[in-house]
Amino acid sequence: MPDQIRLKAFGMLAEKLGTDSLEIENPGSSEALRRQMLQQFPALQSLTFRMAVDRKIIHVETDISAGQEIALLPPFSGG
Amino acid sequence: MMNRFERQVILPGFGPEGQAKLKQASVLLIGAGGLGCPVLLYLAAAGVGRIAVVDGDVISPSNLNRQVLYGEKDLGKNKADTAVRYFQEKYSDMQWTAVPEFITVDNAQAHIFHYDLVIDGSDNFPTRYLVNDACVLLKKPLVYGSIYQYEGQVSVFNVGSHPCNYRDVFPNPPAPQEIPNCAETGVLGVLPGIIGNLMALEAIKVLSGLGKPLSNKLLLFNSLNTQFQELEIHPNPATQTAIPTSWNEFHQRDYALACEGVQQLTWNEAMKLMGQEVAFVDVREPGEEPPLECTGLVKVPFSTLSKELDRFEEAEEILFFCQSGARSQKAAQLLQQTYPDKKIFSIRGGINALKS
Repeated sequence: MPDQIRLKAFGMLAEKLGTDSLEIENPGSSEALRRQMLQQFPALQSLTFRMAVDRKIIHVETDISAGQEIALLPPFSGG
Repeated sequence: MMNRFERQVILPGFGPEGQAKLKQASVLLIGAGGLGCPVLLYLAAAGVGRIAVVDGDVISPSNLNRQVLYGEKDLGKNKADTAVRYFQEKYSDMQWTAVPEFITVDNAQAHIFHYDLVIDGSDNFPTRYLVNDACVLLKKPLVYGSIYQYEGQVSVFNVGSHPCNYRDVFPNPPAPQEIPNCAETGVLGVLPGIIGNLMALEAIKVLSGLGKPLSNKLLLFNSLNTQFQELEIHPNPATQTAIPTSWNEFHQRDYALACEGVQQLTWNEAMKLMGQEVAFVDVREPGEEPPLECTGLVKVPFSTLSKELDRFEEAEEILFFCQSGARSQKAAQLLQQTYPDKKIFSIRGGINALKS
């Protein structure tokens, strides 16, 4: 497993993925990962979510390297 | 002399100085629900000098599994009034203010201005974005917490040398109805208890100078595997374009429309529309109390609405209401999809808001 990354999904995203943790092959960048996720899990297409790479929330396309952890984060509103 | 704060005053790093800071401090809590109740219990016990509670909602039976300040005798009463009355009897050394109304673009500035710190314990995106934006405009520390099913998020905004806010995480609200609320997904009462306690802790840290608050950090908690995780927040260029830059711009925002895709009216605003060419529709099911009778009122239960859409072909404007404002909002969304050109409204808070 030379080029794997770990995905951690929160809230409704974990429901849609069917798991809160997933190892996948590294697509190389945050945008490539987003495209791949939307293709593989069409249920994500209608959802707002942010990504964090190694626990930093990102705002622009970011390179992803092997072994990094990517968090997929939806907004919560409940109280 | 022994006093009720002795055990925290002897703490290294807190001391009489920390206690004096709490005594001098003022906090505005928005939303006295599942998060707000534990926040209040612990801020009051810790001796924050002045606390105001803003909530226009009334207590209903389904609140009681998590909104631990209220009991069976409080059903139907306003949450802000009830919470404040409880604490006025409990502690004599604090100042309390109840604001039994919802926070809006019209009252936010006036309420928030007078307090040192704001706590967002609300339960919907329009309020969360509204409170966030008002606190950014006032540069007011904001303790944020929210929950979804078994998970929670906590952060502290507008504190520190490179302060962040909620829009640095999510610049714009999700699409209408994208994220279901507690009423639709369920919640175990202990989760808002935990998240609310974390929020109270962050407030005490910001106010007393103790420790390191969660500024520029989003704390995530999963109650099923008891895991915490912290994510770093950095200023987001998109925040600058998403956030109102002046009070003028803020006052003109329709947060409910932006978040829910439905224009919401208060009963007062709705009354002004009546009598004109407006269909006034009760989407409650038969038997819901109290029944409302008036001329021009149409009753179309939400359960059969989708089969009766053609009844609204003639109306130019349609005004929906239900018991709490949730079904009428969905009814309005459904009708708007069917008739994009009609003016469709939902009455905020429904019959519950009329009663209080």
